[in-house]
Amino acid sequence: MELDLRTFTPARVAIGRTGNSLPTSELLRFELDHARARDAVYRELEPGWPPVPHIALHSAARDRSTYLRRPDLGRKLSEESKARLEPGDYGAALVIADGLSALAVQRHALPLLEELQALLAADHCRLAPLSVAAQGRVAVGDEIGERLGARSVVVLIGERPGFSSPDSLGAYITWDPHPGRTDAERNCVSNIRAEGLGYGAAARLIHFLLSEARRQKLSGVQLRIHALGALPR
Amino acid sequence: MDLRELLAKASPARSGDELAGVAAATAEERVRAKMRLAEVPLKDFLREPVIPYESDEITRLICDSHDAAAFAPVSHLTVGEFRDWLLSEQATEERLTPLAPGITPEMAAAVSKLMRVQDLVIAASKCRAATSFRSTIGLAGRLSTRLQPNHPTDDLKGIAASVLDGLCYGSGDAVIGVNPVTGNVASVEAILRLLDRIRERYQIPTQICVLAHVTTQMEALRRGAPVDLVFQSIAGTEAANASFGVNLAMLDEACQAARELKRGGEHVMYFETGQGSALSANAHHGVDQQTCEARAYAVARRYRPLLVNTVVGFIGPEYLYDGKQILRAGLEDHFCGKLLGLPMGCDVCYTNHAEADQDDMDALLTLLGVAGCNYIMGVPGADDVMLHYQSTSFHDALYLRSALKLKPAPEFEAWLEEHPSLPREPWLLP
Repeated sequence: MELDLRTFTPARVAIGRTGNSLPTSELLRFELDHARARDAVYRELEPGWPPVPHIALHSAARDRSTYLRRPDLGRKLSEESKARLEPGDYGAALVIADGLSALAVQRHALPLLEELQALLAADHCRLAPLSVAAQGRVAVGDEIGERLGARSVVVLIGERPGFSSPDSLGAYITWDPHPGRTDAERNCVSNIRAEGLGYGAAARLIHFLLSEARRQKLSGVQLRIHALGALPR
Repeated sequence: MDLRELLAKASPARSGDELAGVAAATAEERVRAKMRLAEVPLKDFLREPVIPYESDEITRLICDSHDAAAFAPVSHLTVGEFRDWLLSEQATEERLTPLAPGITPEMAAAVSKLMRVQDLVIAASKCRAATSFRSTIGLAGRLSTRLQPNHPTDDLKGIAASVLDGLCYGSGDAVIGVNPVTGNVASVEAILRLLDRIRERYQIPTQICVLAHVTTQMEALRRGAPVDLVFQSIAGTEAANASFGVNLAMLDEACQAARELKRGGEHVMYFETGQGSALSANAHHGVDQQTCEARAYAVARRYRPLLVNTVVGFIGPEYLYDGKQILRAGLEDHFCGKLLGLPMGCDVCYTNHAEADQDDMDALLTLLGVAGCNYIMGVPGADDVMLHYQSTSFHDALYLRSALKLKPAPEFEAWLEEHPSLPREPWLLP
């Protein structure tokens, strides 16, 4: 009996070989996927998206080619955007940033937010207005969270497009956001998409990490997660 | 101009040094800097650390662990003369192996900046660093692979399917190593137990690893999970390592704990590095990215690791812009690591936002094979469906082995011979 390995994973298993090389059909399938991912990188957020109330922000990176070469600019807000944020007193700020896949954000950010907002509402967590940062990197959330006066920030961002997944969304949770936070001070939930982590499971995981961050007053690798049995799957 | 600035300006062009504002402004300035660098005595690097001793534990590690006796045979040379010596008939494997503890990362980085691609290849091919756990990696005439069976949701059957596919192609003799999606210890432990079950069931002479954060692996180890190798990403400055959530004391503890398990040999650590990580954490202290990378090798060699690989094209175009920059960086990292005595492998890879494609990877892969690289990655179809980048495939390793007449690790080769149907038929799932 032989099993078809392809039924267990989206990875390119059991693709055959000619000599030690790829069969022509696999070679071309790979090239097509690379071409599609390259196109996804250069796609921008559609004007007018998202169709819900939000504060539209832009990073200090003018355009995609600047964004790709200058990550420092993608982590900061443009001068104009800074002026759009009013300080308040919030438990959490939710930020959407296009990152490297506007496609991922447009497909998955709103349905995920809906689930997450429902969980946070049950906690009576005071939420800052939703902000959407174009040409933004993860750390842009630090400046947004600080300016809004939020004790934590969740950044939903388009991940690097992969072949089978040009539309994978990531979520980064940072306690006490302010510019200068390092990646070790964040918790991450990645691969949120139809074939990956579903919206409900992702929202529960983000909510769990956010609750722990609030309880322990920190985030990142120092966050101790004891209640393993309670960890949402 | 101090050594730090000179090293940066003498660096072959790359986007990360431009981003950091440390690169030469013109092509002529770059070559003039190389000419000045060629005149610098190697001894000067011992006197003038590029990052102050007081403020960085990696500098302290480099200075305090320097072996003056090992350095003696080349201590009278300048950087330029050192290049000439490395390429000469005098620099044999027998002389290069004992030299390694006398060379600092900055010396290695400096000489590599004066070298062309062919120099990096031939000099590295004379250095050998074989290590062993259940298999021996890095012997002459051998090329090993890390089987990388990642899955987008850590699904155990999905991971197992990629492991079995890889084993059919003779992949996995360096390590079977999974990058987990989530960093929670229960999931890490579940993957470790799966990999260990497969290894035990088929008596595969290799080692397993789940590439979670070191603290998570330690927690799994304390819970009794089967930890062969402890993995950690490392960088060349204390502040960059802090951004990864690690320091030398934590790595010391992890290394000792893994050795005490006595599951294989003394080589129990697996490190990954990559140019640009210090700058991306804003922790580069004005030092160019290739010198920072070489300094990460000082961290690695403290632990006599089983495996070290640069993940050369993973970081993206803001550090290595295109195929040309990735190719050169991969060869620099391999050479510097080998010169410093490390068992270097390379994740020959690129992301979809870099100006690179499979042709560039084929070129780097082939050059690394000629240079004597210890191991490369084995990812199904070269497409990592979890980390979203392209590495090398099971097929790529077979191509390299057949083009250059290389074999897998001897223990693994013998195991493959005992299972003659393996390379031809897909395995059943456990």
